[in-house]
Amino acid sequence: MSFVTRGFGGGSRDRDDRLPPGQTLVQDFPVLSAGPTPEVDTGEWEFRIITEAGTHRWSWDEFNALPSEDIATDIHCVTHWSKLGTSWRGVSLDTLFENVESQFDYVMARSYGGYTTNVPLDELLDGQAWVATEFDGEPLDPEHGGPARLLVPHLYFWKSAKWVRSLVMMPRDDPGFWEQNGYHLHGDPWQEERYW
Amino acid sequence: MDHLDGNALAGPLADYFAFDVTEARARCNGCGEVAEFARALVFASPAGTVVRCSSCDHVLATLVEAGERAWLGLSGVSALEVRRA
Ligand SMILES: [Zn+2]
Repeated sequence: MSFVTRGFGGGSRDRDDRLPPGQTLVQDFPVLSAGPTPEVDTGEWEFRIITEAGTHRWSWDEFNALPSEDIATDIHCVTHWSKLGTSWRGVSLDTLFENVESQFDYVMARSYGGYTTNVPLDELLDGQAWVATEFDGEPLDPEHGGPARLLVPHLYFWKSAKWVRSLVMMPRDDPGFWEQNGYHLHGDPWQEERYW
Repeated sequence: MDHLDGNALAGPLADYFAFDVTEARARCNGCGEVAEFARALVFASPAGTVVRCSSCDHVLATLVEAGERAWLGLSGVSALEVRRA
C-alpha cells in the first residue's frame, strides 16, 4: 500500500522539477532590453578578454575558427519565466580563457551598447558558460543579442549579456548595470537571488 | 526596441516624488545636457524601466519594482532642477 498518490491534482504533479522556485514555463522567447538594440556589423565586431597584463582579441573570423559546441540548456529569467531545453551553439569560455592569465577572480562582461554584468570567474569556467552565436540552429537574432551573447544558464538570464564585447578581469565583485540598480549581485535562480 | 517619451514617467515615478517629474530638469552625467525629463527616452520592460538621455543615450535613471520594494536609480543624473510652487 502506498501513501504516495500521483495525479490527484494539486501542487507537485504539475510542477516540473527543472523549474526553479517562483518560475513559470513559457514557450515563446520574450525580449527584454534596457535600451536600443545595437547594430553590430560582424566585419567590425571583436571579442576581447582584458586582464591586468593586456588584451586578448578575436575578430569575427578568428572567433568562428575556434572549436564550438552545441549547448542544450534551460534558461531562467528573473521576470519569472523559464524556457526548458533551449538549443544554442557557441564557444566555451574554457576555450577562450585557455591562454589567459590573471590574478583576479571576478569578471565584468561589457556589451556593445554599454550594458554590463558581473560574474565570478569560477562560475564561467568548467563548462558553465559560452559565448553563443546561434540559437535554434540560426544565427543569433540582434534582439536576442546577436551577433554574440554571453550564455551563463545556471544564473538568471540578465547575466547572459546580450551583444557581449569584452570580459574584463577585476579584483573585486563590482556590480554591473542591473546589480547596481536593485538586482542581486550573484543571481542564482535556485536560491531565488533576485534582488539585493 | 521601442521606447516611450519621458511623459511616460509621470505614472511610475509619481509614486516616489512629491513634484511633477516630467517637468523637472535633469543634468546628464554623460554629455552634460540639461533637459526636462519629459524629453528623455523611456525603455520599459518587465525587468525595470530605464530612462536614457535623448542627446547621448546615457542611462539617466532606472526604476525596478518588486512587490513591496522599489529601487530608484539616478546614477546618470548629476542634479535635478525642481520648480517650487
Ligand atoms: Zn546625455
